[in-house]
Amino acid sequence: MATVIPYRVRPGRSLELALLAPALLLGVGAYALVGLATQGTLPADILGYGAGLVGLALGMHLVLRWRAPYADPVILPVVVALNGIGLAMIYRIDIAYVARGRESVFAERQLAWTALGVVLASLVLVLLRDHRTLRRYTYTAMVAGLVLIMLPLVPGLGANINGAQIWIRLGGMSFQPAELGKIVLAVFFAGYLVTTRDTLALAGPKVLGLQLPRPRDLGPILLAWLASLAVLVLQRDLGTSLLFFGLFVAMLYLATERMSWVVIGLGLFVGGAVLASTAFTHVTARFDAWLNAFDDDVFQQSPGGSGQLVRGLFGLANGGLFGTGWGEGRPDLVPYAESDFIVASLGEELGLTGLLAILLGYLVLAQRGLRTAIGVRDGFGKLFAGGMSFVVAFQCFVVVGGVTRLIPLTGLTMPFLAYGGSSLLANWVIVALLLRISDSARRPAADGGAPGPLAPAEPGTGAAPGEQETERIDVEELR
Amino acid sequence: MSELTVTLLRLGYLLLLWLFVLAAIGVLRRDLYGTRIVRRLRRTPGPPVATPAAPAVTPAARPTPIARRDSGPRRLVVTDGPLRGTTLPLTTSAVLIGRAPSCTLVLDDDYSSSRHARIYPQDGEWFVEDLGSTNGTFVGRERVDRPVLVRPGTQVRVGQSTIELQR
Repeated sequence: MATVIPYRVRPGRSLELALLAPALLLGVGAYALVGLATQGTLPADILGYGAGLVGLALGMHLVLRWRAPYADPVILPVVVALNGIGLAMIYRIDIAYVARGRESVFAERQLAWTALGVVLASLVLVLLRDHRTLRRYTYTAMVAGLVLIMLPLVPGLGANINGAQIWIRLGGMSFQPAELGKIVLAVFFAGYLVTTRDTLALAGPKVLGLQLPRPRDLGPILLAWLASLAVLVLQRDLGTSLLFFGLFVAMLYLATERMSWVVIGLGLFVGGAVLASTAFTHVTARFDAWLNAFDDDVFQQSPGGSGQLVRGLFGLANGGLFGTGWGEGRPDLVPYAESDFIVASLGEELGLTGLLAILLGYLVLAQRGLRTAIGVRDGFGKLFAGGMSFVVAFQCFVVVGGVTRLIPLTGLTMPFLAYGGSSLLANWVIVALLLRISDSARRPAADGGAPGPLAPAEPGTGAAPGEQETERIDVEELR
Repeated sequence: MSELTVTLLRLGYLLLLWLFVLAAIGVLRRDLYGTRIVRRLRRTPGPPVATPAAPAVTPAARPTPIARRDSGPRRLVVTDGPLRGTTLPLTTSAVLIGRAPSCTLVLDDDYSSSRHARIYPQDGEWFVEDLGSTNGTFVGRERVDRPVLVRPGTQVRVGQSTIELQR
């Protein structure tokens, strides 16, 4: 009974409250600085805005005190800080757009989406008392996930924006169902892999010192690959396709601990990328804009050129080490500065120093998720928490890598920073689920109702019947 | 607003950003440095206090093996490796050691096989037997190729872990 004995954890709620103060100060302070720099005075609605943000954060904090007292104390402050910084930057870009005579109300909408996201996250925390209940819906989640991904293809409902068929339009509101689909599919992957991982971990042929899986176990990964290729072809969206395949491979690796799955996944990905870059014009254009970004023809090309990317790079260069300061740069010169290129906007106004701090915030968030995955006791929770932290980290990598020209640009959103309702809602739900799992991971065993793992092994009680069975397996049988 | 105030506000904001991130990391420090193992070592003196009390119960529950078990080892202790400090009470049944979740002692050790070795009692003595593991089981420096008698205090090495039986 060599179960890991958990050390005594402090619930950490007061720590969370203490961290929320600077987190909120970052959000509201940025808002105030934007006003000071662009209009010379504090924004008129600064008090209302600040009160709203503080209210949302404190509300979430109280829900945690009530329903998940042992949840991780760092996750919520980091998320509140990121969301606040994102809101301030979107507000700043709004001002710049309005100054150029373009109507823009991104900040107000984003604030509404933030409020909705916090309410949804609180609802998840209140209604979902134990993350293991999600495992019951493994196959329901598969169907729901596939439906959510395929929804934009339904004629009349789906909307084509900038060439990608990933939005649905309902009553004047557009929504990306794939954002919620990634959570639902993470439930399916976790539930599916936790039951099949023993088979998938079986060793097959050994090639160049790498233990490959058996050929017959390659079915699921090939299926996931084909599904992501289908998304790429039908919806013409590189980001979603990449995210789903990456999520599956990462969770497969988490479940089986076999490096070979990562190698196979990367191989399939490279194969798919080469195939896509030659077969589909929109992918070819992305590759061209990445490799020959500073070529004049590529820069000038209106749809699919590198103009946006290069302007973003110039913005980053303009920011330099310490940035121009809130409201002092020209982030609005980059198309989609409030969503796809918010990282470049922040890099311009906060500089390398500020951008690195923000990236460190994401690192802390992903680390807390993975730490939760290590700490939680059930296999489903481990895979689910690990998968969702991977999604957050992977989105950061793909977006920041794309903006800084490390990898081709794909259409993913920066969690919590970028403008976009569906992404914000989905990420708040992810945070709520991580908090829920971390609550059960950090809860002391005696408190959680689960019997202490050492109890049945006391000398006086004798071994449980099931335990004896496993102990008396014959050696011949094992060989 | 003067140029100086603007610069101070700009740098002050960056400073606040970094202070926040570093504060968040500071909160995590405790779990980054893994206090778990230290705690478990402190716990180790606990069980011996508990075990002497246990035989008082055992004779009543299981009358037959007392005579032999009085002199024999009562618990299995992991003395080195990732699970250092873990103890396991020895009963009349065998102890299966390995990485598989169904083992009695589940090792989190890349160098051990899923069913690595078995420690079992026979005529009041305890024997260790290798179950065809990849990296082998060692008693002292000898590789175990058939059941080998383990006396209390003998070091048995399984993967990166060292195990011994104690009275």
